[in-house]
Amino acid sequence: MATTEQGTKPGLWGWINKRLPAEEFIRSQLLEYYAPKNFNIWYFFGALSLLVLVIQLLSGIFLTMFYKVGDASAFDSVEYIMREVDYGWLVRYIHSSGASAFFVVVYLHMYRGMMYGSYKAPRELLWLFGMLIYLALMAEAFMGYVLPWGNMSYWGAQVIINLFSTIPVVGGALVEWIRGDYAIADSTLNRFFALHVAAVPLAIILLITLHLVALRQVGSNNPDGIEIKANKGPDGKPVDGIPFHPYYTVKDIFGVGAFLLLFCIVVFFVPTFNGLFLEAANFEPANPVSTPEDITPSWYFTPYYAILRSIPNQRLGALAMLLAILMFFFLPWLDRSPVKSIRYRSGLFKFFFAVFTVSFCGLMYLGLQKAEEPYVTLARICMTGYFLFFVTLPFYSGREKTTHVPQRVTFHE
Amino acid sequence: MTNAGATTEDADNDLSRRKFLTVALGAVAGTGAAFTAVPFLSTWAPSERVRAAGAPAKFDLSKLQPGQMTTIIWRKQPIYIVNRPKDITSKLGEHDARLKDPKSSESDQPAYAQNEKRSVRDDLLVLIGTCTHLGCLPKQHFEPGDATLGADWPGGFYCPCHGSRFDLAGRVFNGSPASLNLRIPPYHVDGNLLTVGEDGAAKTGVA
Amino acid sequence: MNKVAAFISVSWLALAGIAAAAEPAGEAAGAAAKEAEAGPLDWKSWRANNKVDSINSLQRGARNFMNYCVTCHSMKYLRYSRMAHDLQIPDDMLQANLMPIEASPADYITSSLRPEDGVTWFGKEPPDLSLMARARGVDYIYRFLKTFYTDPSRPTRTNNLQLENAAMPAVLSDLGGVQEAVYRNVERVVDGKTVTEKEFSHFELTTPGRLTPEEFDGFVRDTVNFLDYAGDPTQVERRSIGVWVVLFLLLMTWLAWLLKKEYWKEVH
Repeated sequence: MATTEQGTKPGLWGWINKRLPAEEFIRSQLLEYYAPKNFNIWYFFGALSLLVLVIQLLSGIFLTMFYKVGDASAFDSVEYIMREVDYGWLVRYIHSSGASAFFVVVYLHMYRGMMYGSYKAPRELLWLFGMLIYLALMAEAFMGYVLPWGNMSYWGAQVIINLFSTIPVVGGALVEWIRGDYAIADSTLNRFFALHVAAVPLAIILLITLHLVALRQVGSNNPDGIEIKANKGPDGKPVDGIPFHPYYTVKDIFGVGAFLLLFCIVVFFVPTFNGLFLEAANFEPANPVSTPEDITPSWYFTPYYAILRSIPNQRLGALAMLLAILMFFFLPWLDRSPVKSIRYRSGLFKFFFAVFTVSFCGLMYLGLQKAEEPYVTLARICMTGYFLFFVTLPFYSGREKTTHVPQRVTFHE
Repeated sequence: MTNAGATTEDADNDLSRRKFLTVALGAVAGTGAAFTAVPFLSTWAPSERVRAAGAPAKFDLSKLQPGQMTTIIWRKQPIYIVNRPKDITSKLGEHDARLKDPKSSESDQPAYAQNEKRSVRDDLLVLIGTCTHLGCLPKQHFEPGDATLGADWPGGFYCPCHGSRFDLAGRVFNGSPASLNLRIPPYHVDGNLLTVGEDGAAKTGVA
Repeated sequence: MNKVAAFISVSWLALAGIAAAAEPAGEAAGAAAKEAEAGPLDWKSWRANNKVDSINSLQRGARNFMNYCVTCHSMKYLRYSRMAHDLQIPDDMLQANLMPIEASPADYITSSLRPEDGVTWFGKEPPDLSLMARARGVDYIYRFLKTFYTDPSRPTRTNNLQLENAAMPAVLSDLGGVQEAVYRNVERVVDGKTVTEKEFSHFELTTPGRLTPEEFDGFVRDTVNFLDYAGDPTQVERRSIGVWVVLFLLLMTWLAWLLKKEYWKEVH
């Protein structure tokens, strides 16, 4: 028996705790971490993002055991996984569905942040880390899609990498440097494989750790946007807070179950999701001399793709696309309102936010269509609605008419 | 909303209900996790491509002269095929005392090879060319009375890694680091066609 | 928490609806489209309506493929042995009827046509068909096989409605017959001016094939069914496992829901 200096922890657990702050970590992060008690459905998606990350890491590692990188072998190796590796088809479908699931969950997670002002002080850094995770995720998904080396892999990569040529002066050389060749080729595939399997996942894990540490530092926001730490009871705990464990652990388990139900319906019954998750054109091998009829990126990129296409100038279109993504980074400083949650904000904010929502969804749909009328004009309208939300904020948010923010949290059943 | 636990009996019921539900959920989730692990672990099993490549290997025995040996690959293993000369096979029963397992009762071979000649035919030897000590490939020394191996060497195999010796039925000699006879794979012969990797329909013990 | 339950039910129903629409596992035997009385033949709405879980249909489709398609088209991702296992074809029947003499059961299905000959005779290599059903869809292939028509201007003397100027000849014409495409003049208003255009109206069978139209339709359906299987051989197993997984997750989620309610009734 180890000597119990603290006097309370016997046996193996005591031995571990003398050398690692295990029990203290559990206590502070789960039992004594108080989260607001009024979390609604929008608050599932952070934990679900973590779940999908684990799913992707597991399924991805197993795919790497059988996938053979290289322009001559990649496509065949994916069919090998689908047909000849026991349950390889399941691992593949989990990974391809998981990529889309990741974006569903992350977009809903971001939307929650926008609705309840979770990006406002003191959570700006939390929001920025989240945005960096979003960027890393987009890079990861883009490179992952190239790996099967289907025809859409090839041509999607060709189109998107070519965007970098719009950068003045260095654009052309940069594109050649990224590709390692004069067109998308074996060298591109190989480096994307290395980045997708090792480098970007490590970056994502690091960023998520920072994201979580930043969250624990300031505490969670909530649908009413009030700071629960401002109202503490006689025991020193926030009166509107409840310990994360057991309340949110048990609630998140339910959320996990509900998510897995939807996820498995996709994996087992509609893994291609009618061409949205696995595009038909990608079941043909990459062919440098034959372009698919419609080159569209995966659905999670199409809002930005629609913005790109709606401007007839390639350089300006690329710039607009970049700005559209960057707007999110500026949000904590564009929004001057001291009131966090949409529940208590002005009708004007609600209006612009609704327009933004409709525009984003509209852009997502339009990006999947052919680049012809009426889609192009509609995309221009939606792009305006999208940017309008951000550019108008600094002008009215400082003095908008907000309603009275309550002292205590409310529950909306 | 219900009023929070009015009586201790209510609280006890709550606690036991909680415990029951926790245990039930834990059991169900644990079962689910186990079932989920199965397909992932199964991916490691030999794939269809591997199983196809592991199909039986064939060899035309008419290509082998007496005293000659050839090596083919079956399931990534070296298979020695020897056309044994009659003067050596007739003497295989004479050195049983020098062998660790002369009747092959401990060693690994199909039923039809558990005889003195360890084969379905006197003139044919088929064995897995992997030393039963630590896996090196034994070298052929078929000449009796070899200079390095001694005047009483009846002919057989000598493993260069640690010195194990085997006779021309693959049986291990006393004094060798190996303790078992060389393994025999399943095989059958139809006329001159040898098929390694599966038992034949009829098994004969005599050439 | 009714909102949560509602959200889940709605999403589940939506997914179920999409599942039903996206991957028809062979609904009730809808016959091939009947020719419309008045309007033009609506061949673009023809659907294969194949049932990929019908072993009999798949066996016939495999036979059809080996008899008519494999001369030019390979299926390089499918092994004979795998096909025999999934389609419940005994080994002796496989070797006798469905394989070339020099092949072994574990071999992939290859065509004896050399790529360079394909280019010489047809202008391009006949594509491998392992994944064609996933790349183009079963309905496309069904329509393709049924819309060949006589066209003296083409090197193959035939053309195709689904794939204009197809390089492939009408190899099934001895079964389905030879048909001509009948066009008619139609007046349309384009940019304010009345224009006369030629529009496809219907097919006319000039030489009947050895099969009746219904039999030929079944032949094409079976063949397309086989291609559907070949493109995604694990789909039947996938769906049957899926049923169990969903049932299990319903149970687990329900238990989790009960546990959550149990803990949360003291909050509020």
